[in-house]
Amino acid sequence: MSDTILEMRTITKTFPGVAALQDVSITVRRGEIHAICGENGAGKSTLMKVLSGVYPSGSYDGEIVFDGRPVHFRGIRDSEAHGIVIIHQELALVPHLSIAENIFLGNERRGRSGLIDWNRANADATALLESVGLRENAVTPIAALGVGKQQLVEIAKALSKKVKLLILDEPTAALNDVDSAHLLDLLRRLRDQGITCIMISHKLGEITAIADSITVLRDGRTVERLDVRSGEVTQDRIIRGMVGRDLHSFYPDRVSSPGEEVLRVENWTVRHPTQDRTVVDDVGFTVRAGEVVGIAGLMGAGRTELAMSIFGRSYGRDISGRLFLRGRPIRARTVAEAIGNGIAYATEDRKRYGLNLIDDIRHNVSAAALRKLARLGWVHDNEEIRVAEASRRDMNIKAPSVMATVGKLSGGNQQKVVLSKWLFTDPDVLILDEPTRGIDVGAKFEIYTIVNRLVAQGKAVVLISSELPELLGMCDRIYTLAAGRLTGELPAGEATQEKLMQLMAKDKEPA
Amino acid sequence: MTDIKSSSPGQRPPADGAAPALALHTGISDPRTLIMRNLRQSGIFVALVIIVALFAVLTDGVSLSPGNITNIVLQYSYILVLAIGMVIVIIGGHIDLSVGSVVALTGAVSAVLVIQQGYPWWLGVLAALAVGLAVGAWHGFWVAYAGIPAFIVTLAGMLLFRGLTLRVLDNISLSPFPGEYQQIAAGFLNGLLGGQGFDAFTLLIGAVAVAGYAVGGFRTRVARIRYQQPVESFPLFVARVVLVGAVVMYFAWQLANARGLPIVLIVLAVLVLAYGLLTRRTVFGRQVYAIGGNLPAAMLSGVKVKTVNFWVFVNMGFLSAVAGIIYSSRSNGAQPAAGNMFELDAIAAAFIGGAAVTGGVGTVVGAMVGGLIMAVMSNGMQLMGVDQSMQSVVKGLVLLVAVAFDVYNKRRAGSAR
Repeated sequence: MSDTILEMRTITKTFPGVAALQDVSITVRRGEIHAICGENGAGKSTLMKVLSGVYPSGSYDGEIVFDGRPVHFRGIRDSEAHGIVIIHQELALVPHLSIAENIFLGNERRGRSGLIDWNRANADATALLESVGLRENAVTPIAALGVGKQQLVEIAKALSKKVKLLILDEPTAALNDVDSAHLLDLLRRLRDQGITCIMISHKLGEITAIADSITVLRDGRTVERLDVRSGEVTQDRIIRGMVGRDLHSFYPDRVSSPGEEVLRVENWTVRHPTQDRTVVDDVGFTVRAGEVVGIAGLMGAGRTELAMSIFGRSYGRDISGRLFLRGRPIRARTVAEAIGNGIAYATEDRKRYGLNLIDDIRHNVSAAALRKLARLGWVHDNEEIRVAEASRRDMNIKAPSVMATVGKLSGGNQQKVVLSKWLFTDPDVLILDEPTRGIDVGAKFEIYTIVNRLVAQGKAVVLISSELPELLGMCDRIYTLAAGRLTGELPAGEATQEKLMQLMAKDKEPA
Repeated sequence: MTDIKSSSPGQRPPADGAAPALALHTGISDPRTLIMRNLRQSGIFVALVIIVALFAVLTDGVSLSPGNITNIVLQYSYILVLAIGMVIVIIGGHIDLSVGSVVALTGAVSAVLVIQQGYPWWLGVLAALAVGLAVGAWHGFWVAYAGIPAFIVTLAGMLLFRGLTLRVLDNISLSPFPGEYQQIAAGFLNGLLGGQGFDAFTLLIGAVAVAGYAVGGFRTRVARIRYQQPVESFPLFVARVVLVGAVVMYFAWQLANARGLPIVLIVLAVLVLAYGLLTRRTVFGRQVYAIGGNLPAAMLSGVKVKTVNFWVFVNMGFLSAVAGIIYSSRSNGAQPAAGNMFELDAIAAAFIGGAAVTGGVGTVVGAMVGGLIMAVMSNGMQLMGVDQSMQSVVKGLVLLVAVAFDVYNKRRAGSAR
């Protein structure tokens, strides 16, 4: 048997207009834990989807050699038959079925009659649970377990499929410290039993602690392969590989002249709506008029949760903390109150949370401030057309008329409709959550130009983004969040991608 | 700076201000484009015309006789009233299965007060409306504030209020109502202006309605042009007004030659007009569309979703009471089984009229046309002596085909989603 279990050679995967992966190669040795690192959008998940057959053979270029033989997977079942199992970040368990039912879902233990042999299933499940160190009855429903234990069930399910290569996508993102430590221990034990593991993680501390080797991806290309056992691989070393790229002059120039403080947030703490954990922990920040303030953080750091809880408590429970607008304490317990206080929030997922896709531009633009167009509940529809038409012109929304259905516009134009909607509420503070996600380069530049124009008019802008170059190019100051806590604040002049990454990856300080 | 996805050669944004209006005028006067664009809306009008023509042929013109047209109005008015409320409920993304029971309950309460206790007719009407509002508030509370799906709440309501109807009536039918109460559904306004064998007043009201339609349409058109919005070409606009005018006047002429203008038709016309404006032109109506179109987006736009949902159901209760009054008046009494299956006719009317199963789409006028399609079909089949069982089969298939057409249409148009 060769020493290498998996080799992916010169993998190239393109989506219409974008090359997600270009000539990516990775090599994984038998019985090691191999980590894949990279910024959001570097191509990590795409690579794993290619490997597991989600993107079937033929939809990408390149070659996969598994266990010494070239393989061409046509789907997940195909890759699972070879012993490759992927566990996604969002667990794929059915909450109201039992542990045993979930473990053998689609792979049921059948008796001779063709009916499911529950005694055998439960007995097998119990054995599997033991091997992952989970002390639970096999008939317990999944919903009764915490996320940490559910993760273990997923691994037990993988083991039931005679896994040779286990892929974990952000396995500890939703786990607390105890559960994370437990999971990492289990991965070490599985390694000792000969199961190879590929792990995608943003938590560099974990990676340096557990991984034997690391592949770093950046912008859809392989940057380097680091061998942790052979030498000194520090978190800084990994970060340098992840971000080492030039900032293009991609961001329109802006003269920064911040004025008085507009929004101040103090001691903001938010609990997860259903789980027992704190998502935002004692965060405070300020934004001044004419200023763009960035919020950086990795996935799961609590950026969106922070913004949505400020915006009329649209997220979480047990929210505590104080909000000040121009030094005056304000109440924003509902979205309507938040809008009334001059706060606007453009959501991360514009299709699901931002727009009524089946309605036209006109009605979407007026949706958040319809009362401004109405007297005694009666909407002036001609005035509404005028407002929408003005937005279409100012924002350069490309559509035949304001009666055009929003769902048929391109991503960039949809985002301009979202911005129009919030500008019509005449906000003092505009919170933009990933405003350029999924839109093309030209439209991005237009969005940046609009943001700069607003700031020049004295608006305060909070920019949440996963793209560090975007934050560095647009912001006056940048805050970093990690695991719900504020870990730093840097003026634009001092910030670099390396510094931000370090702050974003900072593990929780011991209490 | 160019957004490649959206700029196809035909619709590049023009450079100066005057050009767009011009370009759009010519662009939309092409009747084929216009029809294709409004296929969903115009489709049901075309369907109604075809069905009316079909039954006119099949019944040798009997279905279009003055007496029968009057009959259709009287017989289906309460379903149309229910359909107004139902389409709003459906736009909001809900459903109401209880309206048949509420029709029965409101009629029963009214009958007990007027027939059994001898109170004046108007007190019966007021009491029925009050009961309808209370039922609506009950549903609204459970749907909006307790967060129970409307399907469950109103399914419970269907049983609950049917049971209460039986209690109120003590399991027996009550009859007859005094003359004034009967006038609500059986009364006509005629003879006010005289006429030679026909009622001139009915024709006058018809003419006023057509004039109102033309003037209103023209004013909207002028405003749209002033705001440089696309409008249909002028000849097409005239053609539309003439067509609608001809249909309305023919309808009025037939009524005038029968018994005159039914009072329920006036009630129905006022309701259609009022609710048409409510849905399109008020903050409330627009928020219902926003909630049905994308609930989280509406919440994050500051729409008070609970309040709006509550009032949507209160309104449904109110209109159920109006339908209950009309029905009890028409049947001249209250029966324990009154209004059975009315909810299904109302729901069918809304869906045939273009409302979307997922919410956010639908119009009052569409629901009225959908209701009329059902009415003309039922009436035509009755005239032809088609068996009750076959009638049910045909109506079921029509509903299925209408919604299938809608889903197909959306799948084709919605590839951008």
